[in-house]
Amino acid sequence: MGQITIKQVSKSFGDVEVIPPLDLAIEEGEFVVFVGPSGCGKSTLLRLIAGLEDVSSGHIEIDGQPATDLPPAKRGLAMVFQSYALYPHMSVRKNIAFPLKMAGMDKTEQNRRIDEAARVLNLADYIDRRPGQLSGGQRQRVAIGRAIVREPSAFLFDEPLSNLDAALRVGMRLEITELHKRLKSTMIYVTHDQVEAMTMADKIVVLRAGNIEQIGSPLELYRNPRNAFVAGFIGSPKMNLIEGDKATAFDASTIGIRPEHISVSTDSGDWEGTVGVSEHLGSDTFLRVSCEGLDEPVTVRVSGDIELNYGDKVFLSPDSSNIHRFDTQGLRIA
Amino acid sequence: MARSITTKQKAINTAVIWVLGLVMFFPIFWLIILSFKTESDAIMAPMEVLMSGWTMESYDAVNRRSDYFKFFSNSVIIALGSTFLGLLIAVPAAWAMAFVPGKRTKDILLWMLSTKMLPPVGVLIPIYLLFRDTGLLDTRIGLVFVLMMINLPIIVWMLYTYFKEIPVDILEAARMDGASLGKEVLYVLTPMALPGLASTMLLNIILAWNEAFWTLNLTSAKAAPLTAFIASYSSPEGLFYAKLSAASVMAIAPILIMGWFSQKQLVRGLTFGAVK
Repeated sequence: MGQITIKQVSKSFGDVEVIPPLDLAIEEGEFVVFVGPSGCGKSTLLRLIAGLEDVSSGHIEIDGQPATDLPPAKRGLAMVFQSYALYPHMSVRKNIAFPLKMAGMDKTEQNRRIDEAARVLNLADYIDRRPGQLSGGQRQRVAIGRAIVREPSAFLFDEPLSNLDAALRVGMRLEITELHKRLKSTMIYVTHDQVEAMTMADKIVVLRAGNIEQIGSPLELYRNPRNAFVAGFIGSPKMNLIEGDKATAFDASTIGIRPEHISVSTDSGDWEGTVGVSEHLGSDTFLRVSCEGLDEPVTVRVSGDIELNYGDKVFLSPDSSNIHRFDTQGLRIA
Repeated sequence: MARSITTKQKAINTAVIWVLGLVMFFPIFWLIILSFKTESDAIMAPMEVLMSGWTMESYDAVNRRSDYFKFFSNSVIIALGSTFLGLLIAVPAAWAMAFVPGKRTKDILLWMLSTKMLPPVGVLIPIYLLFRDTGLLDTRIGLVFVLMMINLPIIVWMLYTYFKEIPVDILEAARMDGASLGKEVLYVLTPMALPGLASTMLLNIILAWNEAFWTLNLTSAKAAPLTAFIASYSSPEGLFYAKLSAASVMAIAPILIMGWFSQKQLVRGLTFGAVK
């Protein structure tokens, strides 16, 4: 259970086409992440799958059954919202019980499932409180609890961690991944944060302006980005995209080199530059090196114990086996 | 810099508010005073009125002359009936306008409000004739219906503004959780909009209770509410101030008491969303 197929689905709001006709297959048990800059249509695509928006054309199938015209309640999917969307007038227990109550499940089974969810998500201590009395992280757990008790065929997450602080976000990220490993259900997760995409996904769908730019596993996208957009979007810090003479030397309009694929030397190398601001993370240091003939400084990853200061002269040498080449359209040159 | 208010300004503000409050309350205060006087004392100069003796005879006379409870029960039925009927129609209407607005939603809202700008007397004749031909004259059901229509724009507007404050996400969560439209409204929207619903209901009961134009023109005996009860004491046979006052106090007392106890709710509801 939990196979979702999207065939030629498009969505327009008035005259604005947010999503041009698009095909996508999500396999059972997959953790799929929709990622892209804001306004790329990723949330709209999720809402189309959920049934909260009507498609303008095309078909959606869930577990092989047509679902295009089904209301959200009939699709057997559960959703976790960015704003948590808990029912403020109900206790945590009643919030979690709500979908079960709507399904007309008997009380004993309801209680069994609620207790189980509370145990898994550590909700037991505040099961009788109202959402207003909980912290952001606790609320998000309740929202997840409300989704899992239904045992849906797939989970939809709409930027669920955006409202949490950084430390909590990392913790919840692990919890959601752990939940996926344990439940083995299909999960579709929307985020603008490529770190979340890289760490959680089995399959990443990169979207831009409603178009799918590339689909693949995190490492596929990292190693073989199909175009310059995906290359620049996936990876942190960003891949260096270099145009001009330095790119022409490699027979390309643009070349992309990741910060870890450039070596630094104080005496010799291919490109000469000056060290700008550096970020010391302890284990690694990211140097921003301004090179002659380049508009933007190049980011380079070096070991944390290298001593280089602002204004020092350095030489950079890209690792030629790890240079990504793109043509004038931004497409990868094989 | 934050705006600071000095003690002196505070004292002036308080004094102004008190004066305004007393000016507004004075007619009611005087009404209550007069209702405890004899007819001859009631028409004396104000100072003399205050000095004269107190009596319950006007209340006694009013009770003997007319059946207060008949008017009272008519008022209750008309006020509550029109309010509940109005809510029944306005809740779905406001839901649609707030959560699935169309291109013309704002226009419809304005158009509904514009009907409140029409002088009621302008449509008195057509409505009177309609009531006469359908046998609704002097019936409680007729009044329930007409007062519901009169106040519907206000109910829809108030509910619309309350509903607008409710995050759509929560309603969508209910939809995802398997709630049908009816259950979504019953279990999620209504409880969340309860403060708004309550103040809308209270305000509408007060408006319907005090409504005099239609209740006086469309009733005679059977369905007459307390407004007609008061009016029956301002007769051409003479100015019976004391009895008129006693009747008025009896008519406004229930709504005044209700308003007093629910003022917190009313103020909260009317300023809902204004302060965030």
